[in-house]
Amino acid sequence: MLTVIIFLPLLVAAVLALLPNTATSDRVARWAWLVLTLAEVVLVGLLWAGYSAPPAGQLAAGQHVAWLPGVGVSYTVGVDGLSLPLIALTAVIFTACAAYAWREQHRPRAQAALFCFLQSMCLGIFAAGDLIIFFVFFDLSIVGMYFSILRWGHGQAARSALKFFLYTFLGSLVMLAGFIGLYVAAAPHTFDMAQLVRQAPLNGSGWTGGAVLAAIVIGLAIKTPTVPFHTWLPPAHTDAPAVGSAVLAGVMLKMGTYGFVRIAMPMLPQAWRDWAWILLAVGIVSALYGALVALAQNNLKRMIAYTSVNHMGYVLMALGAAGLLSGSTTGRQIAVTGAVVQMVSHGLITAALFLLAGVLHDRKGSYSLEDYGGLAEPAPRLAGLMAVAAFASLGIPGFSGFIAEFQIFTGSIGTAAVSAVALLGILITAALFLRALQRMLVGPASGRSVGFTDLRRPEITAVGLLMALSLILGVVPRPLNDVIEPAARVVLAQVDR
Amino acid sequence: MNGAWLWLLVGVPGAAGMLLVVLGRRADRVAPAVGMVVGAGVVIDAFALAAGGPAVSAPFVADARFALAVTGLSAVIVPSVAVVALLVLVFAAANPEGGIAAAPARFFGLMLLFLAAVLVTATATALPALLFSWEIMGATSYALIGFRWQQADRVAGGMVAFLTTRTADLGLYVAAGAALAGGSMDLNRLPELTGPWRDVAAAGVLVAGLGKAAQLPFSLWLSRAMSGPSPVSALLHSAAMVAMGGYLLLRTSPLLAATGWAGNVAAWVGASTALVLGVVAVAQRDLKQLLAASTAAQLGFVVLAAGVSATAAGSAQLIAHATTKALLFLVAGAWLGALGTKALPALTGVARRWPVVGVTATVGLLALAGAPPLSLWATKDGILAAVLERSPVLAVITLAAAAMSAAYAAVVLRIIWARPTPDAGPEIKAHFDEEEAGTRRVPAAAQSVLVPLAVAAETLGVLVFPPLAGRWAITVGDPGRPQPGPVELAGSAVLVLVVIALVMWRPPPTPGWAAGWLGLEGAAHTMIVRPTLAVAAALARFDDAIVDGTVSATGRAALAAARLADRVDRSGVDGAVTGVARGAARLGRLADRVDRSGVDGAVTGVARGAARLGRLARRPETGQIYQYYLQAVLVLLAAAVFLVWVA
Repeated sequence: MLTVIIFLPLLVAAVLALLPNTATSDRVARWAWLVLTLAEVVLVGLLWAGYSAPPAGQLAAGQHVAWLPGVGVSYTVGVDGLSLPLIALTAVIFTACAAYAWREQHRPRAQAALFCFLQSMCLGIFAAGDLIIFFVFFDLSIVGMYFSILRWGHGQAARSALKFFLYTFLGSLVMLAGFIGLYVAAAPHTFDMAQLVRQAPLNGSGWTGGAVLAAIVIGLAIKTPTVPFHTWLPPAHTDAPAVGSAVLAGVMLKMGTYGFVRIAMPMLPQAWRDWAWILLAVGIVSALYGALVALAQNNLKRMIAYTSVNHMGYVLMALGAAGLLSGSTTGRQIAVTGAVVQMVSHGLITAALFLLAGVLHDRKGSYSLEDYGGLAEPAPRLAGLMAVAAFASLGIPGFSGFIAEFQIFTGSIGTAAVSAVALLGILITAALFLRALQRMLVGPASGRSVGFTDLRRPEITAVGLLMALSLILGVVPRPLNDVIEPAARVVLAQVDR
Repeated sequence: MNGAWLWLLVGVPGAAGMLLVVLGRRADRVAPAVGMVVGAGVVIDAFALAAGGPAVSAPFVADARFALAVTGLSAVIVPSVAVVALLVLVFAAANPEGGIAAAPARFFGLMLLFLAAVLVTATATALPALLFSWEIMGATSYALIGFRWQQADRVAGGMVAFLTTRTADLGLYVAAGAALAGGSMDLNRLPELTGPWRDVAAAGVLVAGLGKAAQLPFSLWLSRAMSGPSPVSALLHSAAMVAMGGYLLLRTSPLLAATGWAGNVAAWVGASTALVLGVVAVAQRDLKQLLAASTAAQLGFVVLAAGVSATAAGSAQLIAHATTKALLFLVAGAWLGALGTKALPALTGVARRWPVVGVTATVGLLALAGAPPLSLWATKDGILAAVLERSPVLAVITLAAAAMSAAYAAVVLRIIWARPTPDAGPEIKAHFDEEEAGTRRVPAAAQSVLVPLAVAAETLGVLVFPPLAGRWAITVGDPGRPQPGPVELAGSAVLVLVVIALVMWRPPPTPGWAAGWLGLEGAAHTMIVRPTLAVAAALARFDDAIVDGTVSATGRAALAAARLADRVDRSGVDGAVTGVARGAARLGRLADRVDRSGVDGAVTGVARGAARLGRLARRPETGQIYQYYLQAVLVLLAAAVFLVWVA
């Protein structure tokens, strides 16, 4: 079933790519994309319904097929409490994108095919149980996003796309070097994640473990991104199409943070503990730096991009704190749970924000805060949803962001009191979002707000879906937490070895 | 009493509020009715729950439960909040001033959401649920203060209020982290936290409470919060949001006391705020600004009570002030709706124009002044009795603050009952409609709401006198406190009456620093906002120039290296290849010669060479993973260079 979930979009992508280039094909492509994403949501829903936490170190709904036995590579996929929420997130965000792109006029068939391809790659990353499979999906997703920005982007799309590609690609190579380090150290040599976790081959190896961790962490940190590897993110977002930004921020940034909990922590526990302080510090710096730089932005998309640096900073901070044995097990486990919840939450909320930002460009060709004023008058629905999404992003209770950040902070502060410094991040985030609302939405309509067309149905559906889910998870956090918590316990036990 | 009723108490206003907000325009017609019906239901439920005292909880996050209970302090706060909320909703329906008429669904929806948040705050027994509702109060208050978004400065007022209170809210996040690390997030068990965690938790709770209660130095937000419609102020800035700051500190006063220092800090900050913001109130020339400053000052007495563990007197003061101030904000709203202004000079003689409003306003103002036998006189003396035991200096400050209460109340009394001189008429009328178009009438339904509030403002003082005092103290969990003696009661009564008489005789001076709220907002701008923005701008430049610049420079360097390699390739490698080819040709000729001499040998030679070539070709296929990797990197680098070239 999991394999079907992963490759069904790829199949649809192939069919769509083969269709003749006619108007009918475009219509078919829209429907096919939407139906596919909905089918994926249903399939993932079934997967979730039938899910029960697998024993420690194993994956549920797994599949294992030998691929390159000579070098210990196999097609291994499966889910657990870390990956299942992200798989569900992927299915939801791509559905929102399919709805949002309903009116896309520029080569809709090609875009639908590309995004179906991308969805397969994204699902594959989170389901992967083998490092090489992970790497292959990881790199192919980068290629897919590269073309999304290049072909459907605007502004300096070519330059931004190339920068995105080269930077994250380079990151993936560094990460691959780390993977190979793990492979070489393991006995017998293998890329199988479960075996590598069981062996933790570099425990007690001194600097080798540190070096391998450094390679993996740098590779993932570029993708996440954390300071100082984040500068590809703002241009990529600014020049990407709305749906591209939504997938990039909503799903692809999580590949980095997911890699920390899935690969770095359980496979290199000792190195993780040794370097936990550094990771914690990078997390705190990212959270504060991202928030402050976001505060100074005049371009809405750049601003949201920097808040992603801030939000992902919290994740790294929590995971760093989880590596500190000085803390209580409960607190560290809550921090890990919060980090995973934050991945889901940030995905929903930031994707919604980017889709809303895309509406600005679609209508008036500008993301500049200064170009708008009093948008609430001509576009009350846009203003209302933007205000709600902004509050959700600044972590107001009732939305998923609060559930995530409350756990991250309560768990981290008890473990490393210095984490409290990062609380300033949620204050600065509040300030920057309220300032943006103040500049764009309220007062009399001025600038490009005049004659602004309010949200259309596909746009409301897409954003409404994401915000409704964030609201539900914010009010009823248990279903998500119940899935994540056992996995967080397992990760923590693995880190403590 | 079934626990389900407690879930309904918070769930129904929450769900109804959200529904109204989401439906928006489509629900405009039914919104006032929905608001009032839900408000009435909350009142009935609240009283029933206060009698029964159930506790409910549901699993939540961070190993803690979402736990609510109506017991002790919350059993008295919940009904009073519910009653004030209902009266305010009725008033808003009857007198939809301040842009409410233009978007009733949004207004009543937000008010109900806010009410739900307050009820959760008041009933929460552990930090997760408390923080959850605490910040929702802040968010809904932002939306309510900036209700008329068409006027950008009103939304800016909401922003100042939200950011200021959120700054303080960070304390609760810290407290939650400390509580988790120290043992328990249960509010009742906070005093038992281990080690330094107890102090950290106390500090966090203290800051959060001071912020919400608009105590120094956070008071500035309350001034900007006056941009909202008057019913908003009547609920948020009397009975609910501000009051919740005081409530939290009363609720956690055992924690404050356990640390040995936090109680004292609370007491001194509360007393100072009561005095200083009292002076600020005296200096105001806008009715709502005066009431706002007075709210901070009156909450100062509550915070002071929390600091000296006088929970019974403090909670009596909290409730008495809630009803009194709700009444006065509604009065301000009634006049604002009728005359279109809240400037004090414009209200000269206004009490004579609408007698019901005038008389209820007078009751409220006298209660606020602390005049006997009205409610705040008694409750304040209850606090004073506890303070006297603790510190004489603090008691003197408290008395001075009480005198200030009398002074600012009298300032208003003096104006609203004054008979305007004939030539002052045009000057007064010039203010009319300066804020919005007044209707020149106060609807009867709106007037009728004022009466029960005035009765409450008059009588709630009984809570600190026998025979009720004992039961009250037991209910809120604070028996055995000193009660005010007859001498103290008489003394404070004389003080208040003298001050009122003095103000009536001659208006007090209005120093500029007090009129401008001590310049707190300007100071916050100079000391916090502007430096933060400057740092942000500098970091953004740093990010573009240095961080991103380094990346770009690295990219350029790689390209330059590639070009260099290309040159080397053309001149060096290609030359070498050509040379080799030439050499091979020469070799060929040589071979030709050799061939003629011995073909056999040559065949053998070629075979040998081919075998060697074959080995060479197999060389990359080593099975050595790092060599594969190296090859992959080389290919990928080539691809990257190619892409750069294509782009």
